[in-house]
Amino acid sequence: MTRIVGIDLGTTNSLVAYMAEGRPRVIPGRHERTMVPSVVAMTDNGLIVGDPAKEHLTRSPERTVYSVKRFMGKSLEDVQGELAYFPYHLTEQGGVIRIKLGEKTYSPPQISAMILKELKQRAEAHLGESITKAVITVPAYFNDSQRQATKDAGLIAGLDVLRIINEPTAASLAYGLQQNTQGTIAVYDLGGGTFDISILKLNNGIFEVLATNGDTHLGGDDFDRRLADLFVKEIREQHGLDVTAHPDHMQAVRLEAEQTKIRLSDDLKTTAILDLPEGKGRYSRDLSRDQLESLTMELVERTLGPCRLALKDAGLRANDIDEVVLVGGSTRMPLVRRQVEALFGKRPHCELNPDEVVALGAAVQADILSGGTTDLLLLDVTPLSLGIETMGGVMSSLIRRNTTIPASAKEMFTTYVDGQTGVDIHILQGERELVKDNRSLARFRLKVPPLPAGVPRIEVTFLIDANGILNVSARDVRTGESQSLAVKPSYGLSDDEVERMIGESYKFAADDLKARQLIEARTEADAILMATAKALKQGAHLIAEEDLSPIRTAMAAVEAAKSGGDHKAIRAKIAALETATHHLAEVLMDSSLKGALENKKLSELTSGK
Amino acid sequence: MDHTHSTASPRELQMARSMCWHCQSEVAGEYFCERCVKVQPVSKELDYFTCLGFPRRLTIDQRQLEAKFYELSRAFHPDFYQNKSAAEQTISLSNSALLNIAYRTLRDPIERAEYLLDLEAGSVKEIRTSPPADLFEEILELQDTLSGFRATDRKSDTASTLRKRLQSEQARLEQRQRDMEAALQQLFVQWDALQDRGQATGQAKAERDRILKQIRENLSNRTYVKNIASDLAATIA
Repeated sequence: MTRIVGIDLGTTNSLVAYMAEGRPRVIPGRHERTMVPSVVAMTDNGLIVGDPAKEHLTRSPERTVYSVKRFMGKSLEDVQGELAYFPYHLTEQGGVIRIKLGEKTYSPPQISAMILKELKQRAEAHLGESITKAVITVPAYFNDSQRQATKDAGLIAGLDVLRIINEPTAASLAYGLQQNTQGTIAVYDLGGGTFDISILKLNNGIFEVLATNGDTHLGGDDFDRRLADLFVKEIREQHGLDVTAHPDHMQAVRLEAEQTKIRLSDDLKTTAILDLPEGKGRYSRDLSRDQLESLTMELVERTLGPCRLALKDAGLRANDIDEVVLVGGSTRMPLVRRQVEALFGKRPHCELNPDEVVALGAAVQADILSGGTTDLLLLDVTPLSLGIETMGGVMSSLIRRNTTIPASAKEMFTTYVDGQTGVDIHILQGERELVKDNRSLARFRLKVPPLPAGVPRIEVTFLIDANGILNVSARDVRTGESQSLAVKPSYGLSDDEVERMIGESYKFAADDLKARQLIEARTEADAILMATAKALKQGAHLIAEEDLSPIRTAMAAVEAAKSGGDHKAIRAKIAALETATHHLAEVLMDSSLKGALENKKLSELTSGK
Repeated sequence: MDHTHSTASPRELQMARSMCWHCQSEVAGEYFCERCVKVQPVSKELDYFTCLGFPRRLTIDQRQLEAKFYELSRAFHPDFYQNKSAAEQTISLSNSALLNIAYRTLRDPIERAEYLLDLEAGSVKEIRTSPPADLFEEILELQDTLSGFRATDRKSDTASTLRKRLQSEQARLEQRQRDMEAALQQLFVQWDALQDRGQATGQAKAERDRILKQIRENLSNRTYVKNIASDLAATIA
């Protein structure tokens, strides 16, 4: 059985984890950092992802995509209200948002695929094997279109997505495994862009979700915006400057707002500092935790409604909950913790790192699918009711929300007119009476043999699989023949489009690899230059002048190669610099350590002190 | 599509076919073929009681029901069929889907009764559009108060007086709903006792029809009251 990895594809950060010796582990990258920022930047040398892309947020804001998860499975109209906050350009094609980067446009699944590829490569480098299968997490309250978009992203990244699993339930798996909990738990998951609440019953290895609720458009980003709005307003009032006209400064405002919020989770007071546009000096603002809390109280309160609804659907009262678990970076805010504690009357658990717990759970689910873990079983639910449009623009519900998945419903269709050859079916998701208030998922036309009205009998099966994704099939009851359906998603990529994007992704893989190698070489060059400079400061007086000049020459050569576009040239100059500093490295070694450390490279000695 | 065999089976669960779809041997194992160990499709015609291995009774031990649901989930859930053939995966998916809907229906006493009524009397859920006779006056008056409340300014004194009246009305309706549920519970016990006696006399048949009729009436009255009460709650919230 090939290995299956677990991936947390987050709004702000993404992680990849795997199971080893019965325990899930997150795979670290450079400098032991486990999180890959969910940021993709288009540079002159191609696309880059993660930490290096993050640097481009302020450098080239209109070509650097962040928080793309907010656009998964959405149309432009859905996100109209927040377009002003994003410096990159959005358009729409076929009900799917497209992001303009340079000359090309990319769908949100394509951008997400780049992040997934980065995680795939990280896992491949760490495990020394090819990775082709994955479990990917999504917010529990994601609808069918958003789940399908996530699955498409996996396909485009060259991953066989064996399961889409809900983030709070993944967290409960990791948590339950660790603590061996039994009873009823509530998982409160407030991430970078989404909020979920799930109520589960844990019983001898069965994790049964009783109810789930949430808001797929509420998270840390919204908290940052409250602060960013304040900064923008005050800069306008105090300095007469419109920061929103400067995308690079706007990005800096957003990042400083995020940092200020983070600092106020530990400190009671902090100061936000921003450089003003047009070189007009600085904006500095003292802020207390109380001030942040009064700015964002309304957002935290918005999470409590879904919590109450989930409890109601589960048929429980707040004090029936045995344990409360916090997941997602935004639950680090003291205000969130206080409010959750007040609602459930219990101190919430946060023993596991809220940033990593979802990825860990995805790895556990991956292990269940590969047959490694056999004693655990997750029984999840569909978050939203599924139905079809009936006469008068009313939705008729077929599968109710919080039904355990897989779930199916059958509906019989016939004709109203003699010789009618088709029946149009419109599939919806949501809790409202009227079609227009619910989410349109897809449409298709049922083929019917030309017969007198009322004679044809076509049975349509709506099946929500274990991923929470809808599959539709139809069968002519009279002939017993099943018919293939061309289901057209309302807010998703068509199969042909996904196919084309998979092809493109291979074509661009070579360019992307080049860009990536260049960035890695440059990063390494920076590291060795810094290490050498540090070593020279410590030990230049210990070696002869004629040994110093080759080092300086080699440093200059690395510096020169770094500004070029050839990663091999940079690597060659790095190697030359390492040779040139060999003697200096030896001299620097403490005589007592000399025996043990012989033949170490200079960079190994100075890095990490 | 499926050839359902109604003959008595040694197995608790009725399968879609009497022969294994894979090795064609007689299916004797419980949900898996004894010879080739492949999972077998559960008959789609199976009623939910049989699916979960319970007799057609209206009082069910929740713990036993849950234990059976977990046991069957461990047998059928798609998570455990990832490495199996496409045919087995399809069976796992449809067996699980049936199991989940069966459990959801039987878990709730009201849905369970509605489902049993459907099985025994072959009727679909009746939706009541006019109030039950004994509630007629009360409901008419309530509608008047409600439209009065809707027409007044929510902050006015009149509104707060009307709100108080509506709140006590809501409490009364909720109490009535609880009374109806208690009456239903009595009928459930009667039904189960009759089934346990298992008589095939004409008297037993008349008794059976009487209980089913009362359950039906009670269920539709209860749904009516429940809807009115929740509408009321939504209006004054």
